[in-house]
Amino acid sequence: MARSIDEYLRARFMPHIWCPGCGHGIILNALLRAIARLDLPNDKVCVVSGIGCASRAPGYLDFNTLHTTHGRAIAFATGIKLANPDLHVIVVTGDGDGAAIGGNHLIHAARRNMGVTTIMFNNSIYGMTSGQYSPLTPSGRLATTAPYGNVERNFDMCELVKASGANYVARATVAHARQLSTYIERAITTSGFAFVEAVGNCPTYFGRRNKLGGPVEMVEALKKNSITAAAAAKLDPAEIRGKIIIGEFYRGDAPGYIELYDGVIERAKEAAGK
Amino acid sequence: MAGKCDTRARLLQGNESCAEAALLAGVRFFAGYPITPSSEIAEILSERLPQLGGKFIQMEDEIASMAAVVGASLAGMKAMTATSGPGFSLKQENLGFASFTEVPCVIVNVQRTGPSTGLPTSPGQGDLMQARWGTHGDHPVVALYPSSVSETFDLTVKAVNIAERLRVPVVLLMDEVVAHMRERVIVPCEDEIEIAWRPRPTVPPEDYLPYEAGPNGVPAMADFGTGYRWHITGLYHDTTGFPTSAPAKVDQLVRRLCGKITNHKRDITFTWDEHMDDAKVAVVACGIVARSARRAVRLAREKGIAAGVFQPKTIWPFPHEQVAEIAARVDRIVVPEMNMGQLVGEVQCAARGKCEVIGYSRVDGEPITPEEILAVLSEV
Repeated sequence: MARSIDEYLRARFMPHIWCPGCGHGIILNALLRAIARLDLPNDKVCVVSGIGCASRAPGYLDFNTLHTTHGRAIAFATGIKLANPDLHVIVVTGDGDGAAIGGNHLIHAARRNMGVTTIMFNNSIYGMTSGQYSPLTPSGRLATTAPYGNVERNFDMCELVKASGANYVARATVAHARQLSTYIERAITTSGFAFVEAVGNCPTYFGRRNKLGGPVEMVEALKKNSITAAAAAKLDPAEIRGKIIIGEFYRGDAPGYIELYDGVIERAKEAAGK
Repeated sequence: MAGKCDTRARLLQGNESCAEAALLAGVRFFAGYPITPSSEIAEILSERLPQLGGKFIQMEDEIASMAAVVGASLAGMKAMTATSGPGFSLKQENLGFASFTEVPCVIVNVQRTGPSTGLPTSPGQGDLMQARWGTHGDHPVVALYPSSVSETFDLTVKAVNIAERLRVPVVLLMDEVVAHMRERVIVPCEDEIEIAWRPRPTVPPEDYLPYEAGPNGVPAMADFGTGYRWHITGLYHDTTGFPTSAPAKVDQLVRRLCGKITNHKRDITFTWDEHMDDAKVAVVACGIVARSARRAVRLAREKGIAAGVFQPKTIWPFPHEQVAEIAARVDRIVVPEMNMGQLVGEVQCAARGKCEVIGYSRVDGEPITPEEILAVLSEV
């Protein structure tokens, strides 16, 4: 019998600060369900975030929680994991926090295969600062700082993190909540760096400005616009342009940094003893 | 490290002295980024920390290394980083976070001539003010400043202890000259020095208020993963640790944070002086310049000039009281420094016009010599 996710919530702080219709609640729910299925004790989980809408999540969670500076959550998490490898260290970040200001920390944590799970809440926009474009705002979309349409290309975070060396890389949307939760569960049980991109919806700033309808329409669109990695592999690049490719992109078992550093400690002690 | 320890004299480089002292004081985590003239500290700790079961990591940048230090400290390890001017600039973001969230840590800044990339790596003392005000907003910070390799050892231990006891970031400001100089150090045994730890909660987890100040203004700190599940945020927070914007609570927090330093000023102020009893002219200098000042004052005494030297080893909080007392009984204070006049402003502020205060700046990347200071002392 899995635990109830209520055991992981600081319910006294509800209602949360997220806007009505925001997809972040679905992602958080998927995360908590994954933790509940794994039956992780509250004390053994540490959730670290940076700055932005997604990064306000830890305050509502009854774990060891750390709300840090913009983009730096993974670097803080690295210190925590090294100092106490018994903790399940989970980073909650957004597309601005994790792909822009924190992008370098993300790729290096993946390269090191650091034992941290990162969940990127991708709502395609800087919500907390009211709607500026992020590195994950699709080209052509409007934002408060892209009044003529975004001319920048957006990152494929999963490709980036996979290429950087993570042991687990997956993507799902808030229209695929069960799948998302399964991916998060696998990410948490991965040794080494694990990354899950959760594509969500921001009806307040992204949806409204781009006339994408209300929350329901936006989630429907995510569902319609998604294509599995397996299906995408059979199509031409032109056919999948603009689609959200969901699925697991990589599952590896390369040794993680923590295990490798245990080896360093062993060798160092041996050298010191000589 | 295990087994019995013999107090012994060793010939150490300043950076080596800092690293060894940190280990003795219980530092078990270091995250850093390569930068001259501090790199030896990282190199030595990369070798020594794992021997003691500690952790070393070279992060992708200075920002990340400061963040990792804070993370490791939260998870229960005494943690430290080391850098130089350009890196110190980058550390300010998370140094401010550590100060505001009261996470013990030590930041070594082996100064070089700035600004920007400046003179890598000639000595300079241009980071005095950055050590105090480098990060935004009102915040508590402590900065210690050794003038010798031996003092580096002593002040590094003190830096770790103050960081732990007051739960505050402590900056160890070093001069490049001291960092790379080799001198004799009497290395004490672990049981010969005082080793402090952060105050721990004495209440069960359900009664724990992570930001409720103890009798000395410092809240008890629980390590992550020990059953005390608490929340840490860089937002203004109340005693529960959760965000608040209530004006009274905001006011209370920032005043308590700054009060931690002012209320413990006596315990964390370290100074050194020589020939001050009958001095008519005082030299106030820090770091390597204090060494030149010491020599200059001896030479001045030989010439019949009633000179004395005062060295603040604690730069922040600045020993205003001691300098005020000196200003009241000397005719002049001379402040030689390797910058355009950062220390002299603080001395003027403390002297309050009670005596003449003369600054002397050298900013060409060369240390100030005793003869230069003597020349200033010889001018009437």
